[in-house]
Amino acid sequence: MNLISIFIAAAFVNNFVFYRFLGICPFLGISKKLKSALSMGLAVTFVMVISAIATFLIQTYFLERYGLPFLKYVSFILVIASLVQLIEMYMKKQHPNMYKIFGIYLPLITTNCAILGLALLNSLLGYSIIQTFVFAIGAGFGFTLALTIMAGIRERLEYSNVPEPLRGIPISLIVAGLLALAFGGFSGIM
Amino acid sequence: MTLKDFLNGFWRQNPIFRLILGMCPTLAVTNMAINGLVMGLATLFVLLGSSIIVSSIRKLVPSKIRIPVFIVIIATFVTIADYVLAAFVPAIHKVLGIYVPLIVVNCIILGRMEAFAKNNPISNSILDALGMGIGFTWGLILLGSTREIIGFGTLFGFTIFGSWYPQLLIMKLPTGAFITLGLLIALMNVIRKRKSTLA
Repeated sequence: MNLISIFIAAAFVNNFVFYRFLGICPFLGISKKLKSALSMGLAVTFVMVISAIATFLIQTYFLERYGLPFLKYVSFILVIASLVQLIEMYMKKQHPNMYKIFGIYLPLITTNCAILGLALLNSLLGYSIIQTFVFAIGAGFGFTLALTIMAGIRERLEYSNVPEPLRGIPISLIVAGLLALAFGGFSGIM
Repeated sequence: MTLKDFLNGFWRQNPIFRLILGMCPTLAVTNMAINGLVMGLATLFVLLGSSIIVSSIRKLVPSKIRIPVFIVIIATFVTIADYVLAAFVPAIHKVLGIYVPLIVVNCIILGRMEAFAKNNPISNSILDALGMGIGFTWGLILLGSTREIIGFGTLFGFTIFGSWYPQLLIMKLPTGAFITLGLLIALMNVIRKRKSTLA
């Protein structure tokens, strides 16, 4: 039960985009086409799960054991950056088909605050390794969901007559605001 | 020339309203003006510190490994900022939460290292960092003040409207952040267009 509520909280109630404001840059940048939004969401979910586990291990077996909390940010970001690089190299060589689908988004993910935010939230909330895993999947699912909904709306928005100063980013932000309001409705289910 | 570097971030290349960078902290911490101010100053400190270091070692770092080097330098300054905030303004530090360490992945900082500090002497880099940092800070304060006045009826904690004022809950919710920022960017677009047609 506890794991299910962690998943639902991460995916819907405390959605990473609409509640925690994490990963806004790709949310605004890559949500123009439905297909690329889905690929980006999958890539982010994939990296989220792996980096959440990796940073959990670093936090528990290195930083806490040797009393080095001040190295947290430096080590987390280094681990995430090198992991992304490693995944990219591995996929290019071993899974060229998968690389074609979401490989091009991987370099962008290093500076995606959703990844580092997830690692920091994990250590803040004091989750165990299984909870960390479920939290990462839930967060990735929520991020993909947000990106996909937004892309669907923006594809329609292309054909509508938006007042000139609002075109582009401003109208996207307003749409995101309305979506955030809708997602706020999920807070009742917890 | 150098004055141009300094003024660049204020308006023409304002990180929030023009470059649309650093959106996560911009939206997340601006429910009150004071949070925006502290966040802006923390970002300014990190930007300034890393600009000075990056620009002073710019001839030593091989270009292939420059990004990891920049990230480590930035993360070091973020750690310092985090500990300083925790020591001196613990209440605000708690409200800002994970958004202080997330300055590490704020695109403005790495962006300025790549676009400016790695190719320019220290004095120009300092001016660029100050300009960009102040540009970011005033954007955060503007957004924070708007939301605080409408949402709470106060500004920097001082009462603007009396107790008769019905506080608008929507401004305190995430929705308020998205919509206010969208409208402010639209407003900046209108002002820019007026200016260019006048000139």
